Amino acid sequence: MTPLLEITGLDIRFATPDGEVHAVKNVSLSIGSGECVGVVGESGSGKSQLFLGAFGLLAANGRASGSVRFRSREILGTSQKQLNAIRGGAVTMIFQDPLTALTPHMTVGRQIMEALILHRHVTRAEATQRTQEMLEHVRIPEAARRMKQYPHELSGGMRQRVMIAIAAITGPDLLIADEPTTALDVTVQAQILEILKALRAEQNTAIALVSHDMGVIASIADRVAVMRRGEIVEAGEARQIFHAPQHDYTKMLLAAVPRLDRDSGPRSNHGETLLAVEDIHVAFPIKSGLFEKTRKLKAVDGVSFTLRQGETLGVVGESGSGKSTLARAVLKLLPAGSGRVVWMGRDLNDADRREIRALRGDMQIVFQDPLASLDPRMPVGRSIAEPLKSLRPELSRDAANTQVKAMMAQVGLDPSWINRYPHELSGGQNQRVGIARAMIVSPRLVVCDEAVSALDVSIQAEIVGLIGALQRNSGLSLLFISHDLAVVRRLCHRVMVLYLGRVVEMADADALYNDPRHPYTRALLSAVLTPDPDIERSRKRVLLSGDVPSPLDPRAQLRFLPSRLSGGPDYYRPKLLEVAQGHFVAEYDEAQDTRSTL
Amino acid sequence: MIATGSTQNAEALVRAVQGRSLWRDAWERLKRNRAAMASIALLALIALLALLAPLLSPYGFSEVNYDLITCAPPWWPAGAECIAPGHVFGTDAVGRDLFERVLYGARMSLAVGLVATLVSLLIGVAYGATAGYLGGRIDDVMMRLVDILYSLPFIFFVIILMVMFDRNLLLLFVAIGAVEWLTMARIVRGQAISLKQKEFVEAARAGGVSGGGIIFRHIIPNAVGPVVVYVTLTVPGVILTESFLSFLGLGVQEPLTSWGVLISDGANQMQSAPWMLIFPALLMAVTLFCFNFIGDGLRDALDPRDR
Repeated sequence: MTPLLEITGLDIRFATPDGEVHAVKNVSLSIGSGECVGVVGESGSGKSQLFLGAFGLLAANGRASGSVRFRSREILGTSQKQLNAIRGGAVTMIFQDPLTALTPHMTVGRQIMEALILHRHVTRAEATQRTQEMLEHVRIPEAARRMKQYPHELSGGMRQRVMIAIAAITGPDLLIADEPTTALDVTVQAQILEILKALRAEQNTAIALVSHDMGVIASIADRVAVMRRGEIVEAGEARQIFHAPQHDYTKMLLAAVPRLDRDSGPRSNHGETLLAVEDIHVAFPIKSGLFEKTRKLKAVDGVSFTLRQGETLGVVGESGSGKSTLARAVLKLLPAGSGRVVWMGRDLNDADRREIRALRGDMQIVFQDPLASLDPRMPVGRSIAEPLKSLRPELSRDAANTQVKAMMAQVGLDPSWINRYPHELSGGQNQRVGIARAMIVSPRLVVCDEAVSALDVSIQAEIVGLIGALQRNSGLSLLFISHDLAVVRRLCHRVMVLYLGRVVEMADADALYNDPRHPYTRALLSAVLTPDPDIERSRKRVLLSGDVPSPLDPRAQLRFLPSRLSGGPDYYRPKLLEVAQGHFVAEYDEAQDTRSTL
Repeated sequence: MIATGSTQNAEALVRAVQGRSLWRDAWERLKRNRAAMASIALLALIALLALLAPLLSPYGFSEVNYDLITCAPPWWPAGAECIAPGHVFGTDAVGRDLFERVLYGARMSLAVGLVATLVSLLIGVAYGATAGYLGGRIDDVMMRLVDILYSLPFIFFVIILMVMFDRNLLLLFVAIGAVEWLTMARIVRGQAISLKQKEFVEAARAGGVSGGGIIFRHIIPNAVGPVVVYVTLTVPGVILTESFLSFLGLGVQEPLTSWGVLISDGANQMQSAPWMLIFPALLMAVTLFCFNFIGDGLRDALDPRDR
């Protein structure tokens, strides 16, 4: 039987002002009908360009050569018109960012129908009917109403489901999913993967899944190709790739992925209390119009915790849980509405601006996006030296430079790069610069705000190792914010789970991972993917139904405690109860149905 | 062979150690833009001629010669009532050498353009960056003030100033600069608002850098791209404004001159002595063209989307 898509010897080159970039090198790959092939690789491996190139969607400076046969017909180099007949009909695509992939000025219903009318020549009434069915199929509640809404009115997960609906409505033979869940929260990711699996089972659609995430690939792919620097280094059955990888690179990738089932956290060993946060609130005013009443978005809604010397506290939550806002409020980068931050016995509410500035030397932060957190017009050495110069202005220039160079060596950067600019370094190297900038003033507390989330897994493992080593050597405390529970497991002594600005569970890492109590924590843990196809396919998930509700909706707080809703939405806040020593859980209704039957 | 090899290695080493700033990149891209590079060369030539004006001609710029009133240059092809031997651009209505006067006009016009732009740059950048970075109510008040100034009829404003305080060169510079900074402030404010939300600004705050330090070390250097582009487009705007005022008789006073004055004089004698209009107008047009090409080239060179 001939495969559905057969790529042979595909070469893709881009002409850039700095010379030619050879993005894909002599790649061969075939996909049979109804099969799911995963293409995995780190950033810059050419995995996305492979499929864009195969279907004539390269940027203007790109050229593809080789052979791409779809249903035994050569499609590489055919006219745009012929390609358009295939794209959107027999072959459809979904991309990473569901907001930019949808047209903002059209209702989602019309966007879905467009593909249907264009490729399947049906009447409008029929199209409307089938669109509604499709939206129900991808589990969008109230499909008829949603059809009339615009993309910005939907949440990220909802938009990605609309994208899948657009891609699936023409009944394609092949669906190309390029990082379809990367921009989504883990619980939503689990829902999207279920939908893709169902689609494949029902319509016999072949899926080409491009992802950097070994877990996503393991959960759905039959066969896997591992790409590195434009080449496929290893390809084979999923089980063989994950259980008996041959190539060193595959082995390295698999070893670098943090795993809940294998990793265990660091031993606890902490000193006295460094930081105490008591019932802190941060709200942002939201104006919806010129004369509308200003509403308050409660980003952080009464959070308390303590952090001891040498301890790492993980802060886990999905987007909108207020974890970054909390970090900034603790560091006094944002004004807190109410509540107290006590630093080594000193209430920072009473501290004036000068005192806070002096305290900056004790509290530092590392950001998520390594490139965005460095001034593009400043050499990295100057960026690292900046906190040093502003906090210790008496230091001479030479002394500062010596310290910067020593710090660069300590975080694994070549000290001779002191005059390089951020755009000349890789993402991992830039993140090391960010860490060096935080560490140079010898702080006692470093907040890592998703500090490893934007990095490739292999780099991520290195940076996690670096952070751990720095902590052991200098005994500093860490507030480690992440949406990735597996990474948190590797680094943290204690973990705090945030949901819409409130703590739902807080415990020692072992207790939380082995004995999660709150339904939200359980759903989060269950949504973490393991890079092992056997485990992935056999296990049952606790799936939350629907999306994370809007933080503006006052009822959202009581999602896990609906029995209290009767008293009015603002009437009750779930209390934190201590169920075991040091294990706090927010109140929830035992019988509540948070498991859906997906 | 070995020697050149090692110097090449040394150069590569120096390059690697020095780093390649975004400015270097932009300059490399600008160098590839032929129109912009030709414009820079031409503009430099015009500026050089203007600077060296007293040395380039035996005649003084205010030296009157009643024997040679409105005489054509010796090479003038159309035939004229009188020919002024030795005057390459001919002479004006009181027999002054037009070549020398056009170059002195260039001095004046370029000076007005640069000084007024510099004034607008200093006020506009500081004002806009402060308003944008501080935000909130301070920003509201500062920008409403800009809106009010914007709504004043500028030409009336300048005319009234000129009438009240006599025609004063310094006043002219200040008046034009005081109006041009408004747009600059708006541009820089917009940049500052988007820049202050960047993580590197937050990182600087976390590092204890003061507000002024952030504005001068992070906000302004990163806003410079659009500002530089706008500057190259402001200079010709200011030159035009000055010539417009001079044309109305409100600008530079005799015996000093500017392109506006020369064009105004030339326009009066367009029929009988076209050279009096053609030369200053041509030089001014070329200059404005050059500035616009440079602005275009800079915009392309500094555009980060190219990266």
